[in-house]
Amino acid sequence: MNKRIQQNVMIKGTKDGFMLHLDDSCSFSELLKELAAKLSENYQFQENDPVLSVKLHTGNRYLTLEQENQIKEVIHKQKKLTVSDILCNVVTVEKAKRWKEENQVTTLNKVVRSGQIIEVPGDLLLIGDVNPAGTVRAGGSIFIMGQLKGIAHAGFYGNNQAVIAASIMTPAQLRIADQINVAPDQKKVHEVKCAFMNDDEEIIIDKLHVLRKYRPNFNRLEGGL
Amino acid sequence: MGEAIVITSGKGGVGKTTTSANLGTSLALLGKKVCLIDTDIGLRNLDVILGLDNRIIYDLVDVVEERCKIHQALIKDKHFEDLLYLLPAPQTRDKSAVNEEQMCKLINDLKPDYDYIIIDCPAGIEQGFRNAIAGADKAIIVTTPERPAVYDADRIIGLLEKEEHIEAPKLIINRIRGHLLNEDEEMDINGVTDFLKVDLLGIIPDDDQVIVAANKKEPIAYDPNNRVSIAYRNIARRILGESIPLTPIGEERKGFIAKVKKFFGARV
Repeated sequence: MNKRIQQNVMIKGTKDGFMLHLDDSCSFSELLKELAAKLSENYQFQENDPVLSVKLHTGNRYLTLEQENQIKEVIHKQKKLTVSDILCNVVTVEKAKRWKEENQVTTLNKVVRSGQIIEVPGDLLLIGDVNPAGTVRAGGSIFIMGQLKGIAHAGFYGNNQAVIAASIMTPAQLRIADQINVAPDQKKVHEVKCAFMNDDEEIIIDKLHVLRKYRPNFNRLEGGL
Repeated sequence: MGEAIVITSGKGGVGKTTTSANLGTSLALLGKKVCLIDTDIGLRNLDVILGLDNRIIYDLVDVVEERCKIHQALIKDKHFEDLLYLLPAPQTRDKSAVNEEQMCKLINDLKPDYDYIIIDCPAGIEQGFRNAIAGADKAIIVTTPERPAVYDADRIIGLLEKEEHIEAPKLIINRIRGHLLNEDEEMDINGVTDFLKVDLLGIIPDDDQVIVAANKKEPIAYDPNNRVSIAYRNIARRILGESIPLTPIGEERKGFIAKVKKFFGARV
């Protein structure tokens, strides 16, 4: 058994800088007090020292935004320390749900008609057409097994890596993140095309195999045959 | 118990009222008891096409506001003994004179006495449209083979999808001009159905006689030989559940070579 008093704050050095492990079983006020004491007794900084970034790990304790700010305040009192990240073993149900939604593919079998707006947080797999003046929006990428004649907006929350692919690509407008492309009239060809943002932040429409070059990390399947 | 069918299109001028009048007449000719309801309050037309405009005493709003009984407002079409009735719209009110619950109640009151209740919907997607679809069980979309009408039909189908009490709508393509089809200047029938992805109930050719009939205040459906009349009668029989193939529209190409080319599926 550990006879000495349990330390609530442990400091560890890593390659990337300091990591402060904060115990999750003591009270928050105790933690703050000990953190302040430990920091002021251990570190006496000189005026010309470089700024050190520290990471926090709060174990199984969930910090509210206010508590996070209180801890940051204590740490920032040491002029040469800055909090780069706060890690935690727990997340709120709300956040977990959002993660899940943003990472899942929503499958939908319908014709998106004029005036209808379909919005999903993650990727969208639409089996059907998007008719003129119909809109599909996705936080991630959009895949349409059908003809895109309306508006498709991928990366709706700002993800500019998102792509739009359609079996028949004749869009009225393509949007990725905050870029808009008023597509020139495309001929109706039965060939899967994809649209993505290039390095100049322009949306380009190209053949599907080009995507691999621009988005090498697009595949989620690891390993395989 | 009858069924209520709303005739709608979104865009104006594609032939909702003409279709309502002719389908009502065709169903009555097939021996069904039909009640036509004009919901185009303020811009009524159905009474004129049927030739009943001089016999209006009470109207839809009078019934809804209980100034008269339903049977007092219904106008009997004298072509038939007891088969075709019209509930006209008032000309002096606007669409907000009626709400959706009142329309539902009205149609439910009529259903036991009729085989079909055909509701003529006004153009647009506002209150008049909401009233017209409120009590309907089925919907027929009328469109013409031109992009503005088809795009509006698409919007209407989208709005109807949200109404769970209405079955998947069926489509009538109206005013098809054969010579434009042949010249590839018009969206063809497959183009329209591919676009809208709904079942096709019928196709109606464009014919000057429809305008003549409207001026004579007698629906074209009474003429047994006119191609538009035959098209409407076929649609009425399809509504009754018969399976009748579409009559192709398009000017016959004369000449042997053209026939051979057509045989091999070539475009001339």
